[in-house]
Amino acid sequence: MLQFSFWDILSNLLVATQWTIVLSLIAFFCGGIVGVILLFMRTSRIAPLEWFTKIYIEFFQGTPLLMQLFLFFFGIALFGVEVSPWMAATLALTFWTSAFLTEIWRGCVESIPKGQWEASSSLALSYIEQMRYVILPQASRIAVAPTVGFSVQVIKGTALASIIGFVELTKAGTMLNNATFRPFLVYSLVALIYFCLCFPLSWWAKKIEGRLNVAR
Amino acid sequence: MSYKLQFAELLPYWSVLLYGLVFTIVLTIVSTVAGVAVGTAGAAARTFGPGWLGRIVAVYVELIRNTPFIVQLFFIFFGLPALGLKLSETTAAFLAMVINLGAYSTEIIRAGIEAVPKGHIEAGLSLAMTKWEVLRHVVLNQAFRKIYPALSSQIIIVMLGSAVVSQISAEDLTYAANYVASRNFRNFEVYLLVALAYLALAMLTRSALRALGRVIFKAR
Repeated sequence: MLQFSFWDILSNLLVATQWTIVLSLIAFFCGGIVGVILLFMRTSRIAPLEWFTKIYIEFFQGTPLLMQLFLFFFGIALFGVEVSPWMAATLALTFWTSAFLTEIWRGCVESIPKGQWEASSSLALSYIEQMRYVILPQASRIAVAPTVGFSVQVIKGTALASIIGFVELTKAGTMLNNATFRPFLVYSLVALIYFCLCFPLSWWAKKIEGRLNVAR
Repeated sequence: MSYKLQFAELLPYWSVLLYGLVFTIVLTIVSTVAGVAVGTAGAAARTFGPGWLGRIVAVYVELIRNTPFIVQLFFIFFGLPALGLKLSETTAAFLAMVINLGAYSTEIIRAGIEAVPKGHIEAGLSLAMTKWEVLRHVVLNQAFRKIYPALSSQIIIVMLGSAVVSQISAEDLTYAANYVASRNFRNFEVYLLVALAYLALAMLTRSALRALGRVIFKAR
């Protein structure tokens, strides 16, 4: 019978951790790009665009991430496309991330005093120029802390990709548990690795937030 | 797309889905009440308790906030029996939810407590109120009023997160959806319906909590 030592378990989990990190990075960056586009639409004051983003955000914030994963996994297959867990997980996590980031960033944009908008529009800047040169440089300063904080949610969100069969840290934990029957050890290690990924980010987010409060 | 959506195929399973919906609602209500109680105790321990207790609470909060809910759930359901603590899937689901929300609400309520001006506590003590009376009538009163919106959204997040308990076969709404999908293979239809049910549940929870907040924190 195949024997797993402690180090075998740990090294297998660490290999799978790479996929958790890759999936988190992709979801975070793609979600960020979609989020910026949605942010422009959400603050554009063009009614149909605003309505679209409102419904989009309501859906992705109001339904469980697990349901979204299932919908992408089974929904795309209806079009006759072969769906890998990898593709479904990337898409679902990207859209889910973008909905939250848009809401976070909208809050930051709205915290910029109205006079900044009025001043820049009186200088004949277009909406895009106002955002680019006046609003976003100020808003992004406030946005760093909550954005870093949300990246922790993204890492934790990738754990759900295990359910549709994507082999990352949680799935590797389940598989190792099935092979070794040492659930206490395996899930302790899995939790510990997640903690090592997430805690520095949480700590950093808190630190930036504190620094921002001092500056005021 | 040549595929035709057939929602009628879900009709025979309405009772299964209804049972799941009720389970999710009960799970949310129970874990909200218990979780906020844990959170209040944790926050009080962190701000007024002895240093060692505060540190234990801090470790609990950080451990829970920095690991995925599904891993916590697996740890409780699969890991704890190895230590001799065997739980049914329903008990494990309820326990994991309470522990999870407890950690988040500890942090939220603590922020509310710290926002209460020190002078109010001193004023309360100088009126010969006991420490408990000050906590109950001066500190928590104001703290909850301040953090109520944040707590409400955390409750909704936890409600949506509860979909994961289906993975240890606790019979919630998602479990019902998986069950139906495995019977009639109308995966997309059932998941779409259930996703919309969650959406409705989230909206209802939000307005219910808002209405509740208006009753509790009536302007005086």
